[in-house]
Amino acid sequence: MAEITLIEAVTQALAYEIAHDPSVVVLGEDVGVNGGVFRATAGLHARFGSERILDTPLDETTIAGLAVGMAFQGMKPVAEAQFDGFIYPMMDHIVCHAARMRTRTRGRLHCPMVLRAPWGGGIRAPEHHSEAPEALFAHIPGLRVVIPSSPARAYGLLLAAIRDPDPVIFFEPKRIYRQYKEEVPDDGEALPLDVCFVLRDGADVTLVTWGAHVKETLEAADALAQEGIGAEVIDVATVKPLDFDTIRESVKKTGRCVIVHEAARTGGIGAEIAAQLAEKAMFDLVAPVERVTGYDTPMPLFRLEMKYLPSRDRIVAAAKKTLAYR
Amino acid sequence: MKTVASFTIGYRQVLDQDGRVVDALPAFAADPNVLVDLYRRMSFTRVFDGKAVALQRTGKLGTYASCLGHEAAHIAIGVAMQPEDVFCPMYREYGAQFVRGVKPRHVLMYWGGDERGNDFTGPKHDLPWCVPIATQCLHAAGAALAFKLRHEPRVAVSVVGDGGTSKTDFYAAVNCAGAYTLPYIGVIVNNQWAISVPRSAQTGAETLAQKGLAGGLHSVQVDGNDVIAMLAVMQEAVARARRGGGGTVVEAVTYRLSDHTTADDARRYRPDDEVKQAWDREPMRRLRRYLEALGVWDEAREQAWKEQCGREVDIEVNAYLETRSQPIESIFDYLYAEAPHDIAAQRAEAMAWEEGRRHG
Repeated sequence: MAEITLIEAVTQALAYEIAHDPSVVVLGEDVGVNGGVFRATAGLHARFGSERILDTPLDETTIAGLAVGMAFQGMKPVAEAQFDGFIYPMMDHIVCHAARMRTRTRGRLHCPMVLRAPWGGGIRAPEHHSEAPEALFAHIPGLRVVIPSSPARAYGLLLAAIRDPDPVIFFEPKRIYRQYKEEVPDDGEALPLDVCFVLRDGADVTLVTWGAHVKETLEAADALAQEGIGAEVIDVATVKPLDFDTIRESVKKTGRCVIVHEAARTGGIGAEIAAQLAEKAMFDLVAPVERVTGYDTPMPLFRLEMKYLPSRDRIVAAAKKTLAYR
Repeated sequence: MKTVASFTIGYRQVLDQDGRVVDALPAFAADPNVLVDLYRRMSFTRVFDGKAVALQRTGKLGTYASCLGHEAAHIAIGVAMQPEDVFCPMYREYGAQFVRGVKPRHVLMYWGGDERGNDFTGPKHDLPWCVPIATQCLHAAGAALAFKLRHEPRVAVSVVGDGGTSKTDFYAAVNCAGAYTLPYIGVIVNNQWAISVPRSAQTGAETLAQKGLAGGLHSVQVDGNDVIAMLAVMQEAVARARRGGGGTVVEAVTYRLSDHTTADDARRYRPDDEVKQAWDREPMRRLRRYLEALGVWDEAREQAWKEQCGREVDIEVNAYLETRSQPIESIFDYLYAEAPHDIAAQRAEAMAWEEGRRHG
């Protein structure tokens, strides 16, 4: 079995589901003959044709609105926003329609759609190409928000997202699209959309993250291990609904929690996790919760982006800060 | 300089404001029964509308968007469509929806603050009312795209107001309907007022229909107070879309005789004279005159029909008033196909709180 990258796993999942479910249609800008600007849909147009892989006019509102219209009529559109920073015109259709179609019609209609977007910074991209807007969507009742961090999880979570009968926002960390390869069997096996993945066991501090920052967080855990500190690393993967139980179990053991995300701090998913820790795990904590996040500024242009994004060393420092409490 | 493209916008009117035939009658109009049926439906809608406004004024309904004056446009849309087609309304197209099988009680439930109004009778694939302006245009286009991809001979129809044609979503729907040759009909019910902003302040375009030309759609303006012209135009558009001939923008020129909603007071921003003149052009009077000239309608039939409408509307109003609120857990029960753990927990929390209040 060939090893594949995260983006190839996305392509593999799309192809699997298009081949097995006639209601699945991919639509977006340049997703057809061109195969997507990142190549996420490479080869799909040649294999499945223009009734399954649709290039759209260059308008994000169109993509989102068409997807809602197709979805409530029983198709399963997998729409692509070409970049995270172009997703904002889609909000009206996602928030006011896709997310609440089922509830406002008391179950008569629903929107089984996926909105995929390359997500996050760190690839020296132009302005508006490096955003991390997951908290905006996680705040919206009726959505699921998923951010895979490995080829295998990208494959299994995307299959689950497409099969889910409700709308799913699927953010793909573009910085690790081609970071490494692993074996991903094309077996059509989906992963659950409501669990965190514990990537590394440790008894001293819990490091919680998702997306591309799984990389820096695991590196931080390595660095901490060099100093005899056991860091448990949790990949949240699905930020909405949040599997808080897994995080709480870990914090019960470690008493310390560092939350790492590249999005801006205020109102981020880290705030939600910290709030739930305060509500439900207050007396398991021996140290204040630390957040290592992007700053509350727009994502800077790329000369400064790596200083904006949480680094391994910032994560290590935050972990050590929690360890100062006994 | 040579001309590389040229366009015209046609205007369709069959009955003028006094009920005189001013253009060739379409085939369906040869049967007086068809016209009487249209009249009855328009009349029923008006009786319902008056009752709904009265319910709001007496505190028995929330804010309500009246359809007064739009009856011809709305009924023609409903009659031109087949049940398998998809209707994507804005928020006052009750006439079209009644034709499609939506019950008045569901309209009242929606404006009465109950989501079950959106789970209406009639085609289960129709969209519910759409308050965000013009988004429904793209949803209709998306439905039309689904029909095209599945090779189904179905048509999707959206309604937008004159103000709604200023929105991105309207232009986007027109554009992609043209690009994909979709079985999509975008009806603009131009009632001259977007709350307080007049049609003239909305756009510099001479007609709203011409906005469809930009996307490559068939585009036509019609007297939206003339149900005969309106139905003829809609039937042509529906037939063309169904046979794969592409989409149409229909601008139905009418007038909002009511306030925008019951929360509005149009006297603040529009002259009484204008409204008075609009009443001379309203859709019921001219059709009634024509039917009376044909000898198929008269005052006795008018009174009998209005009484019947009143009785039917009363039944619906009573059905609405008799519905009890859903329990609090209903707000969670349809959020997802299956409640995630966090929603299940909040549901239990809300139920426990309500239970505690009952006993505490």
